Amino acid sequence: MPTEDIAQFTIRSVQVLSEDETVDEELVPSLTDEELLELYEQMKRSRRLDERAIALQRRGELGTYAPAIGQEAAQIGSAFAMAEDDWIVPSFREQPALLVRETSPHKVLQYAMGMEEGAEIPGGEGALPPAIPVGTQPLHAVGVGWGEALQGRSNVALTYFGDGATSEGDVYEALNFAGVYDAQTVFVCQNNRYAISTRLEKQTDAETLAQKAVAAGIEGIRVDGNDVLAVYRVARDAIEKARDGDPVMIEALTYRRSMHTTSDDPSVYREPEEETEWEARDPIVRFQVYLEDRGILDEETKAAIDDRVETEIAEAIDRAQEDREELDPADMFRHVYAEMPPELERQFEAFGGDGDE
Amino acid sequence: MSERLRMIEAVRETLRGELERDDDVVVYGEDVGRAGGVFRATEGLLDDYPDRVFDAPVAEAGIVGVGVGLAATGMRPVPEIQFQSFLYQGFHQLAQHVARIRSRTRGTISCPMTVRTPYGGGIHALELHSESFEAGFAHVPGLQVVFPSSPAETKGLLTSAIRSPDPVVFMEPTRLYRSFREEVPDDHEIPLGEARVVDPGDDVTVIAWGSMLRETLEAVEDVDASVEVIDPRTLYPLDAETIVDSAKKTGRCVVVHEAPRTGGMAGEITARINEEAFLYLEAPVERVTGYDVPVPLFAREDAYLPDADRIEAGIRNALEFG
Repeated sequence: MPTEDIAQFTIRSVQVLSEDETVDEELVPSLTDEELLELYEQMKRSRRLDERAIALQRRGELGTYAPAIGQEAAQIGSAFAMAEDDWIVPSFREQPALLVRETSPHKVLQYAMGMEEGAEIPGGEGALPPAIPVGTQPLHAVGVGWGEALQGRSNVALTYFGDGATSEGDVYEALNFAGVYDAQTVFVCQNNRYAISTRLEKQTDAETLAQKAVAAGIEGIRVDGNDVLAVYRVARDAIEKARDGDPVMIEALTYRRSMHTTSDDPSVYREPEEETEWEARDPIVRFQVYLEDRGILDEETKAAIDDRVETEIAEAIDRAQEDREELDPADMFRHVYAEMPPELERQFEAFGGDGDE
Repeated sequence: MSERLRMIEAVRETLRGELERDDDVVVYGEDVGRAGGVFRATEGLLDDYPDRVFDAPVAEAGIVGVGVGLAATGMRPVPEIQFQSFLYQGFHQLAQHVARIRSRTRGTISCPMTVRTPYGGGIHALELHSESFEAGFAHVPGLQVVFPSSPAETKGLLTSAIRSPDPVVFMEPTRLYRSFREEVPDDHEIPLGEARVVDPGDDVTVIAWGSMLRETLEAVEDVDASVEVIDPRTLYPLDAETIVDSAKKTGRCVVVHEAPRTGGMAGEITARINEEAFLYLEAPVERVTGYDVPVPLFAREDAYLPDADRIEAGIRNALEFG
């Protein structure tokens, strides 16, 4: 029997707005000026929230916090492409995407201040809470995307994870399950080059992360994750495919400009030259220049957005701090089971709970 | 209406009943579809419910993890893990997500999932097909750990497990799957967290569940004393009240399990008896358990597993103390 090539795969990469502000007009998604400004404002809101959160953590008012500085386009562009009833299944660095999905800065801060209130899901649908263990949540997104399909609904689950997560077995299991069950699921891998301190080259020998989808038989595509227009375009197409039962994995190439979490010091493992290089590729700056060039964004609008964001976040911080003052520790007993089992009741009463369960 | 069923048939008929009753129930796992499960627990279900019975890829973390998402969309996942030892591959999903999603979202998302899995020895199976990690599951807040010890118990407990608003690890004693038949009522629900006094008695209390209950009942026949046998049925939530009341009455207790001794549930049950019946005790609580060794291959398995003789000896120790 002669040898022959029996399978070929290619991974496409998409960019609309390049670092030097060259625009591929063919690929520009049809968004109104209002929508473009909304994208911009969400990016600014997320950036400012992260900056304030880091400062609060440094003052001891917040727990360990994972900033998404530098990854705003990858998240906001993709979350913006979701329909109202779609599901977001986040990891622990998804402030930008959560803000787009109408999670308030107040809730983000509650969670970062150690309150479960920040992980409540209003109405019990449309989102799952942040997932701390790396790479565990894509499986949940497959379950959501499969469950929606089983019930004849068209909603899609979009899940976020990082480059490090692709080394976890659960992520491969998720991609594979999604293919087998035609799950209405989109996987957004933010390749930010580092898993804490581990460079991508030490994480995998694969040329792209998008190709990890190939082994599971689903589509993988790469996008410039610092190009919000390209991310939106690719995500919109992926979401529509997933709605029809064809899951897609997107690799968004980006960079974590700040620390892994506030407990981490990137200067130990990163070269300043690299950081400078990525500063020049900042997703917000790139998009801002584009909007200014098109006459969509002027100084007055910029100032108005900055003021609005500043006020909103300041208020959210105040509210979260008040919540912290008022919390009832006995609450930890209340939601473990639908009905408190006798042994837990015993512990609850010994703790000084009010026993009115 | 009732019929005489084996435990495996009781599992199957319960699954069938719940699939019929509730459109949200989804049964899935390795080989559960076309093949009907390696023990035939799901035989015929795929034909009757092709849209809600699924073969799954060989990926236990996937099977458990996908259930979290299914549940979030309003479904009731009832996955099968082929053997309990392979639930170790899904344990992180159980502990990190299934068990805590209710509390970490303050009740806004829940996970009414029932993970069925055959456990325990006595079937001369391959390595890692005979474990009993019950204490590990019971140690994870948010989970419920349930043990049927007969076909009728299977029907009643599995029905309640599937209908429960919270996750359950449902541990089916493999060796009892086909060992005997029993009348199984059609419509049967046993509340989770209620122990059963299998045999009332006055001299000594023996607490045993799952496969060990059968061995215990055999052992008791040779004991010349009035033995109260209690099947806790669920190790979490534990019906300590029934156990403690019995301990107060008899003053002597024996706890039996085939899991290893150290960190086993017997320790927890002993502690509860100490906390609430200390002044009634005539003897230290006796434990009859597996040893702190990996369950050996089947040539030595019988030496590992507690049997009627060992249980009988344990009961005598408790009776003769002091």
